[in-house]
Amino acid sequence: MNRQLTGLLGASVLAAGLAAPAAAEDIELTMYYPIAVGGPLTEVVDGMIAGFEEENPDISVNAIYAGNYDDTRVRAISALESGEPAQLSVMFSIDVYELLEQDLIVPFDDLVETEEEKEWLDSFYPALMSNGTVDDKVWGVPFQRSTIVLYYNKDMFEEAGLDPEDPPETWDEMVEAGKALRGEDRWGVMVPSTGYPYWMFQAFAIQNGIELMNENGTEVYFDSPEAIEALAYWRDLSAEHDVMPDGTVEWGTLRQAFLEGQTGMMWHTTGNLTAVRNEAEFDFGVAMLPANERQGSPTGGGNFYVFKNSTEEEQRASMELIKYMTAPERAAEWSIETGYVGISPAAYETEALQDYVDDFPQALVARDQLEVAVAELSTYETGRVREALNNAVQSVLTGSAEPEEALSQAQSKAERLLRAYR
Amino acid sequence: MSVGTASATQNALRRSLSGFFEEDGGLETIAAWLLAIVWISPLVFAAWASFHTASDALSFDLTAPLTLVNYIEAWFDAPWLRYFFNTMALVTLILLGQFFFCTLAGYAFARFEFRGREVLFILVLMQLFILPEVLIVENYVIVSNLGLFDSILGIGVPYMASAFGIFLLRQAFKQVPKELEEAARIEGCGWMGILWRVYMPVAKPTYLAYAMVSIATHWNNFLWPLVVTNSSDTRPLTVGLSLFAAPESGVSIVVISAATLMSIAPLLIAFLLFQRQFMQAFLRAGIR
Amino acid sequence: MATSDSHERRRMALYGWMLLAPALIMLTTFAFLPTVSALWRSFFSRETSRNPSEFIGLENYEYLFQDPVFWQVATNNLIYAGVTIPVSIVIALGMALWANSKMQGRTFLRIAYFTPTMLPMIAAANLWLFFYTPDIGLIDSITALFGAEPVNWLGQPETALWAVIVVTIWKEAGFYMIFYLAALQTIPPDLREAAIIEGASRWTYLRRILLPLLMPTTLFVMINAMINSVKLIDHLFILTKGGPNNASKLLLYWIWETAFSYFDRPMAAALTVLVLAVLGLVAILQFRGLEGRIHYR
Repeated sequence: MNRQLTGLLGASVLAAGLAAPAAAEDIELTMYYPIAVGGPLTEVVDGMIAGFEEENPDISVNAIYAGNYDDTRVRAISALESGEPAQLSVMFSIDVYELLEQDLIVPFDDLVETEEEKEWLDSFYPALMSNGTVDDKVWGVPFQRSTIVLYYNKDMFEEAGLDPEDPPETWDEMVEAGKALRGEDRWGVMVPSTGYPYWMFQAFAIQNGIELMNENGTEVYFDSPEAIEALAYWRDLSAEHDVMPDGTVEWGTLRQAFLEGQTGMMWHTTGNLTAVRNEAEFDFGVAMLPANERQGSPTGGGNFYVFKNSTEEEQRASMELIKYMTAPERAAEWSIETGYVGISPAAYETEALQDYVDDFPQALVARDQLEVAVAELSTYETGRVREALNNAVQSVLTGSAEPEEALSQAQSKAERLLRAYR
Repeated sequence: MSVGTASATQNALRRSLSGFFEEDGGLETIAAWLLAIVWISPLVFAAWASFHTASDALSFDLTAPLTLVNYIEAWFDAPWLRYFFNTMALVTLILLGQFFFCTLAGYAFARFEFRGREVLFILVLMQLFILPEVLIVENYVIVSNLGLFDSILGIGVPYMASAFGIFLLRQAFKQVPKELEEAARIEGCGWMGILWRVYMPVAKPTYLAYAMVSIATHWNNFLWPLVVTNSSDTRPLTVGLSLFAAPESGVSIVVISAATLMSIAPLLIAFLLFQRQFMQAFLRAGIR
Repeated sequence: MATSDSHERRRMALYGWMLLAPALIMLTTFAFLPTVSALWRSFFSRETSRNPSEFIGLENYEYLFQDPVFWQVATNNLIYAGVTIPVSIVIALGMALWANSKMQGRTFLRIAYFTPTMLPMIAAANLWLFFYTPDIGLIDSITALFGAEPVNWLGQPETALWAVIVVTIWKEAGFYMIFYLAALQTIPPDLREAAIIEGASRWTYLRRILLPLLMPTTLFVMINAMINSVKLIDHLFILTKGGPNNASKLLLYWIWETAFSYFDRPMAAALTVLVLAVLGLVAILQFRGLEGRIHYR
């Protein structure tokens, strides 16, 4: 009704074309998706949707490309609040608590019906399921998932007298390699500290032997000695060892910086792998992140969610779509097109992906790292808790606070926010 | 003070002031020019960069060859045509709405006596300080409840009854001589007829000035459209541009420059063609 | 006679109300009602699936006042206003004096000064991004010629807010210039002649005669600049997102973030109320203290 009113007013006043209301029998799904409109990846998703619609002629899917993860969360929730159609979405895997808080999603346990579907739900890498599992129920199914990996410029390694087939495996080795790579206008390593600083920090913390939150998302351990030490190490990459630039390193432009040879190594999401491969004019390698106490990286990326505010038929149709999109062939295609992890072991058994990794073994690193991967930081009040940690990380990297002081502040801020949930 | 009287003394004034302000020779002219160059350099530099490849632009090689690749890439990476259309529809809709609501209200304040008029007028003026931008949270709820979320009407509707427009038109209508109104009445015009035949034609310059400012303002508006739009079917240029240029998208800066120039081009060209009129318009109606 | 007069008057009143009604309904719906509902909402707690929204009085305000981030953002906004207002006014005055003189190419000067006004803040931010990007940005490339180290203008707490301020001044000065231009053109030339006869220097003429005469314009521009120091935050979305560590966060951006990123509408409403209160003060300043002295065109 609302939508029709809008359409009517819009159309009569300015003849602005708004989507026509759906035909009666067919099921129309609206899916919010976290990529920028019109980018090369929209074509991949559009292609998958077209394939799905061909197989399911009675379901039509309207994908709304909403920008980054934050934009997508805002857009999808706004749509639900104002009665616009939205049946499913790919959103940040760590949005799960926010979505639960607002009572917006249904667990997949309630959606799976057949044995076959139960098997499907068990078919993904366990590390990718942990963020979406809360209170023993599965709320999010993995789709575009990543880990952080170390990209390094093999040409520069050679030039600096390092073995291009032997990337650093420990924190100390990374510093050593960074020093060797450092040149007049060349940095040893860059770890991005805008956009998702908490994510990178989490990797350091994991490697130093601490997980930053408990399983229920009600407690955090930002001010533990291991976390403080991890942040100190990150800061010292520039402050002490001078292998990384001072201040923050921009998430968005880092890939460009790496491609232009401003740094010998970078930490970045595997989601960038294909873009780096397409654009690099030098030989590059990909490695698992270096270890201190242990190896490890947080997982990252987006999960499928199904919204509560939809009819049973729509939820069924959403399930069909999600099953289609997460099937091994599509998972393989998505991994090849982007660099994101193939979400199930079966994806790596497809011919397409096997051929691809034969030719480009770097694509396997992110998967191998899943063995040691940990769920991404996610708690109740996740936005503000994350923001508190981001601020702590940035204030230390920019030299305006000491790790201990900054992380204690972040901890007490998080305590204040989380008290209500214990 | 009024702009009209200025033109009479303008020439004499220019003559007298100019000598006075150039006493220390060319130095001041140089300073003025330097400032002007600094002021347009962001635009000029972005324009220059948008026609070069990333590496040429970043190495500031002035002899590097020109290329259109950035424009082509930018153009195909986002539905700009749709955004253009949305923005055009938006500014048109807002302008029509503003003309409608502000004309009626301005007429009422200028020409009709009724109890509470002064209080109401103060109330309307108060809205000048209740910025729509600050009320995004509440207006988002209201627009959603009205079913206008993610529609062009929804972006435009909070701006339609503009206190400033009402104020401007009231001033303009007050200038209309009573005799004109009497004459129209003798010819048999009713109140609406008088508004249409007498008041609105007299206020034409005000309408024009207000229109230019309104179009420029809403062409450039960002925060509220960001909040109430959800899809590329309604998103105006500014919001589309911000999504396109979001740092995490990793789009090269030269492509962003090309997209930026594309999206500002229509208004910028209009301004360069009619710069005198635009500045006059901003002078008359420029608060909002 | 008297009855038809009062009849006529009543008809006029009715007509007046009818003409006003549409605009009043719109203003009520999108300005007055939201103001009241923001106030109302700010007294409630955030609604979540496990904690229903309840009346908590002033707790949201208490929380804000205890939150160091609030004080930092408020301070940022004060610095933002305190710098952008006077600096853009001074630059605007200089621009107007030059654009009003008989200099070579003053039409070009005027266009160059005014052009930024015509650009969306988002576009302005994109243009400036080019200047600020570390290492590869224009500013660093120029300073590198003199051997300076690259500076991460947007990534350091010491410089981020200033980088944002510069863009705002760049965008606004040309706009304020036109008000001074118009005012300058109404100043009678004999004033200057008298000043010359008295033997006044240019500086004295500017300070003693021009500036006082331009005072109404200055006050008018100042009110506008105050409002703009609340309103102009679009460039934060591109340049800094309020970071690093809140160093460049401004109130309106924070309202947006609280409401649409953290989904805490009551807290955003409390912030909205505080900002409206400040704007109310500016309004009183304009209506009371400066009445009659400002030209309100």
